[in-house]
Amino acid sequence: MMRLNPILSQKIIKTLLWILTGSTIGILFFIIIYIFIKGLPQLSWTFLSTNPVDMGRSGGILATIVSTVYLIGIALFFATPLGLGTAIYLTEYTREGLITKIIRFGTESLAGIPSIILGLFGFAIFVIAFGWGWSLLSGGLTLSAMLLPTIIRTSEESILSVPQEYREVAFSLGVGKWKTITRVVLPAALPGIVTGIVLSIARSVGETAVIIFTAGSSLRFPSSIFESGRTLAVHFYILAREGISMPMAYGTAAILVLLILIINISAYMTMRFLMKRYS
Amino acid sequence: MKEKIIEKILTLLAFSAIGVLLLITVFIFKEGLPVILKAGIKDFLFSAKWAPTKGHFGILAMIISSLAVTFGSIVMGVPLALACAVTLAEFCPPRLLVFLKPTIELLAGIPSVVFGFLGVILLVPIIREYLGGPGLSLLAASIILAIMILPTITSISIDAIQAVPLLYKEGALAMGATHWQAIWLVILPAARSGVVTAIILGMARAIGETMAVIMVAGNALKIPSSLLDPVRTLTSTIALEMGYSAGDHRTALFAAGMILFIFIMALTILANLLMRKK
Repeated sequence: MMRLNPILSQKIIKTLLWILTGSTIGILFFIIIYIFIKGLPQLSWTFLSTNPVDMGRSGGILATIVSTVYLIGIALFFATPLGLGTAIYLTEYTREGLITKIIRFGTESLAGIPSIILGLFGFAIFVIAFGWGWSLLSGGLTLSAMLLPTIIRTSEESILSVPQEYREVAFSLGVGKWKTITRVVLPAALPGIVTGIVLSIARSVGETAVIIFTAGSSLRFPSSIFESGRTLAVHFYILAREGISMPMAYGTAAILVLLILIINISAYMTMRFLMKRYS
Repeated sequence: MKEKIIEKILTLLAFSAIGVLLLITVFIFKEGLPVILKAGIKDFLFSAKWAPTKGHFGILAMIISSLAVTFGSIVMGVPLALACAVTLAEFCPPRLLVFLKPTIELLAGIPSVVFGFLGVILLVPIIREYLGGPGLSLLAASIILAIMILPTITSISIDAIQAVPLLYKEGALAMGATHWQAIWLVILPAARSGVVTAIILGMARAIGETMAVIMVAGNALKIPSSLLDPVRTLTSTIALEMGYSAGDHRTALFAAGMILFIFIMALTILANLLMRKK
């Protein structure tokens, strides 16, 4: 290869790299289009608004949508204050040092813990030790541990991107530190923080391993957070793996992918809008 | 006074992530360690005989399977991921980059059950037809995982490549190197520690992935001897057996989780050390 004319070899390599990149992106589009072609025709208002009947062979997916919303709601209820608090502490109350190193290490490690380990943990602590059984509460709490690192990281970034002058002006007017943070810094950082939370919702929607162990897979319409529930992704997994109903599985998959697409694209749009505003 | 209290509360909140991490460690070890000590570390780690209801707790076959699918996914995923990273960071016009980078990151957002499902529907029949064996195999799991870890490796590598000072590239170009020579001889070596970090984090993701692997790997409990053999990883065993396990069987699954946890923490710490060195 060394003997090849460098300009020619660059052309060959460049073409090859573009082909590889193109095929990667091709895989993504193929996945989305395949699921949509098979799944979108299954969708109807009845599919969305009725409960599953006969293990999901017929009926719709309403109960699974409600369980998904409950779980994400519970997870965000716990993860948002903890994550935002951590981000405020890291950006406004401390300098880089041993303590921030420890906190950052904890956050990064937690982000790397696979869903199945979190599932085991949630099962041991909430389902067994606390005696809550398989329930939306156990599942939501475990899920919040998974979302925490994402929320910390994105909140920290958006708080850091608020110009230092904002704080200086507030301080010079005699405003206290906490008031400066809640009235000046956080409102300016809010869109970025919300984007982070929205992205963590996208991640929860597709999650399965952690949820099967902690929230169970009951198909009943959940009437309280102490009951077991089956999320969309878990429902899809069970439909597909046990071969209960392929049309229903494709329909559920289409809803899942559609939700994730909408969430990611809107978060991305917000991010671009913000980057333009601050640059 | 109020400010002081707020600062105390925030300090407390800031330890939530590390607190959860400690709690996870404590619970996994508390549940898993006793059965390892009971079975003996040697019999646990180096025996392939897993019959937990009869008192055999050897997880060797699962460890080897987990390492095999991880290795397979790295072999296939890393070249592809690096190709994407180099193309996007170096050859791609900025206008296209703002579209292509989030597109590749979107691949990370596709749920693992969807990957597993498409693997079963599309990939497994192809392997069965053209390569033989049951189709559900080490190879199928490695291919699916390679696609799943690609966005992680690509996006961290892009950052690493973009962090290389522009001077390096300009120097190489000024000496008459072609763009590709500058990338291959100057930029990639300079970005090496970031790229290695990306690969390590990709490995951590692959070894911990569960649902997609369960769906395509075939889940036969033995040490694989070929790429076309079905395998059952640590994660699959935990997920498949947790539902009906009890007593020592259940704690043995926690013990398997503990080994997985140790693998992942080792990889995370390694990645951290590499980042710091940079």
